[in-house]
Amino acid sequence: MSFAAARRRSASWLPPLVVFVAVLVLWEQLFLALDVKTFLIPRPSIIWAALGEQWSTLQRGLIYTGTEALLGLLAGVTLGTLAGLATARWATIRETLVPLGTGMSTIPIIAFAPIMINWFGFESQLPRITVVALMTFFPVMVNTIRGLTQVDPAAIELMDSYAASPFQVLRKVRIPNALPYWFTALRIAVTLSVIGAVVGEFFGGPLYSLGIYVTNQTGSFKYPNAWAAIVMACVLGIGLYLVAVAAERIALPWRRSEGSATD
Amino acid sequence: MTDAATPTPSAHAATSTAGASTAATSTTPVVRIAGVGKTFGTETGGVRALDGIDLAIGQGEFVSLIGPSGCGKSTLLRLIGDLTSPTDGTVEVNGKPARRARLDRDYGMVFQAPVLMEWRTVAKNIELPLELMGYKKAERLRRSSELLKLVELDGFESRHPWQLSGGMQQRVAIARALAFDPKLLLMDEPFGALDEMTRERMNLELMRIWTRTRTTVVFVTHSIPEAVFLSTKVVVMSPRPGRVAKVIDIDLPQPRTVETREQERYFELVTEVREALRRKDGSAPVGDEAMDAALRDAERIRAEGLA
Repeated sequence: MSFAAARRRSASWLPPLVVFVAVLVLWEQLFLALDVKTFLIPRPSIIWAALGEQWSTLQRGLIYTGTEALLGLLAGVTLGTLAGLATARWATIRETLVPLGTGMSTIPIIAFAPIMINWFGFESQLPRITVVALMTFFPVMVNTIRGLTQVDPAAIELMDSYAASPFQVLRKVRIPNALPYWFTALRIAVTLSVIGAVVGEFFGGPLYSLGIYVTNQTGSFKYPNAWAAIVMACVLGIGLYLVAVAAERIALPWRRSEGSATD
Repeated sequence: MTDAATPTPSAHAATSTAGASTAATSTTPVVRIAGVGKTFGTETGGVRALDGIDLAIGQGEFVSLIGPSGCGKSTLLRLIGDLTSPTDGTVEVNGKPARRARLDRDYGMVFQAPVLMEWRTVAKNIELPLELMGYKKAERLRRSSELLKLVELDGFESRHPWQLSGGMQQRVAIARALAFDPKLLLMDEPFGALDEMTRERMNLELMRIWTRTRTTVVFVTHSIPEAVFLSTKVVVMSPRPGRVAKVIDIDLPQPRTVETREQERYFELVTEVREALRRKDGSAPVGDEAMDAALRDAERIRAEGLA
C-alpha cells in the first residue's frame, strides 16, 4: 500500500467524519444558546450523559435487539438467496415470483408484528425475527434473480461456444455476475433489519429491548434516555452496515480499486 | 501450436500460397456448407437471411466473409459455430455436423465485443475455456502464459479487463479463443469497435499470430481493406436474401506485413472486391452511412435470432 493510496483511503472517510463532528458541536452550541428544551430535542452532551447512566440496560437492549436483527437477517438473506437461485433456473416460476416479490416488498410487513406476537407469545424473540426475515427476504430474492438473469447475452453465447453445461454457466458466469446485485440487496437488508427489530418491539418485548425502552422512557418523560436508546439503534445499524460493506470489499476485490488503461 | 514456435516464414509463404488454391479441393475441408438457407421468424412473417449457400473452407485458410448489412455474414458465421441452426441444408465442421463439432469444442470464437469476465484477471479470462474443459491447474498456467506472450500481453496477467484498452481487451479475447488450440477460429467483426489505427495494428498482430498457429480462420468484416489484407480468400456476399456473390482468391504473398498494403496487387484486389460488392448490390458501393444503418439492421436480425 503506497502512501498515495493510504491517503486516498483516509480521504474517503475523513470529510464525513469532520462534518459529523461539526454538526454535533453546532447542535450543542446552538441548542444551548437558543435554550431548546430537553423534551423537544436534548443536546448531545445530555444524551451522552444518559448513555453513561443507562449503560448496562442499553447494552442488554443492544444485544437483545441486535440478536433479533441478526437472526432475522440471516434467515431472510439465506432464504431469499436460495429462492433466487431456485427460481432463476425456471423462467415461468421467475416470471410469477418477481412481480409477486416486488409487490410483497411494498407491503408494510411491520404491521404483522402484533399478529406474530399473538402467534409466538410476548416472551419470544420470534415475532421480531420473523418480521425481519420477511422484510429482508424479498429484496434479496429479487436482486439475486436479477443478478443471475441480467447477464450479457454474449457471455452466454461464449459459454455455448465452449459447450459449457448449465451448471458451468451458473458457476462461471451467473453467480459472479449476481454478486454485486446481491451485495446491494444485503446493504438494503441490513438497514431494514434494524428498523424491523426496533419497530417490531414497539408492539411488545422485554423492558430493556431498545424498542420498548424508547416507548417506555418517552412515556415517563425521560427523553434523554429514549434518545440514548436511539443512539444505540444507530450504532447497531451502522455496525451491521459496515460489516456488509467490508464483506463486499473482500468478496469483490476487482471492484475495489480504480486504475487507468494503458496502451 | 507447439510446433508453430520454430517454423520459418518462407515455409509459411510456400504452404499458404499453395494452400489457398488447392487445399479446399484436395483435402477434407474444415468447413463444408451445402445448400444452406436460414429464415428468421415465423413462416408467415419470416425474414430470409441466407439462401442457397455453398462454401468449402480448407485447412489453414483465412477466409473473410464480406458484404453489406443484411447479407447474413454474421448469421453464416454463427451457423458454422452452431450458435444458430440452418433452416435448410447442412453445415459440417471437421467432417461432422456443426453441433457435434461445437460439443467437441472444435472451434474458438471471438466476438465484436471482447466479452471478458470483469471478475477475472487477464490470465484467468484466458484460462476460462481450459477450466471448462477440465485442464489441470499447472497446464492452464502454462497455456495462459504462453498465449499472453503470443498476443504480447505478458506482464498483464494479473490485471483486470477494465484496466486494459479496447485493443488489448480484444487481444485477450483472441488469446482465450486460441487457449485450447482449436482447429478453427471464428471471428465476428472482432475489430469493428476499434479505431482505424488500432484496427490496422490489430490486423498485423492477427497475421503474426495466424502465421505462427496456422489455425483455419473464418472472419466476418465489413471493411474491404481489412478483408483483402488478412485473407487467403474473400467471400463476397449480397443481401436480401444473403447469397455468395463471388469468391475471390487473395494471392498476396505471405507473410503479410506493413508493405503488403502498399503493393500494386493489393490495390487491384481491393478494387476487385469493391466491384464485386457493387455489382451485386445494384448501384454504388455501400457508403459508410448506409453501412451503419444496415449494420443496425443486421444487429436487429441477429437479436431476433438470439431470442
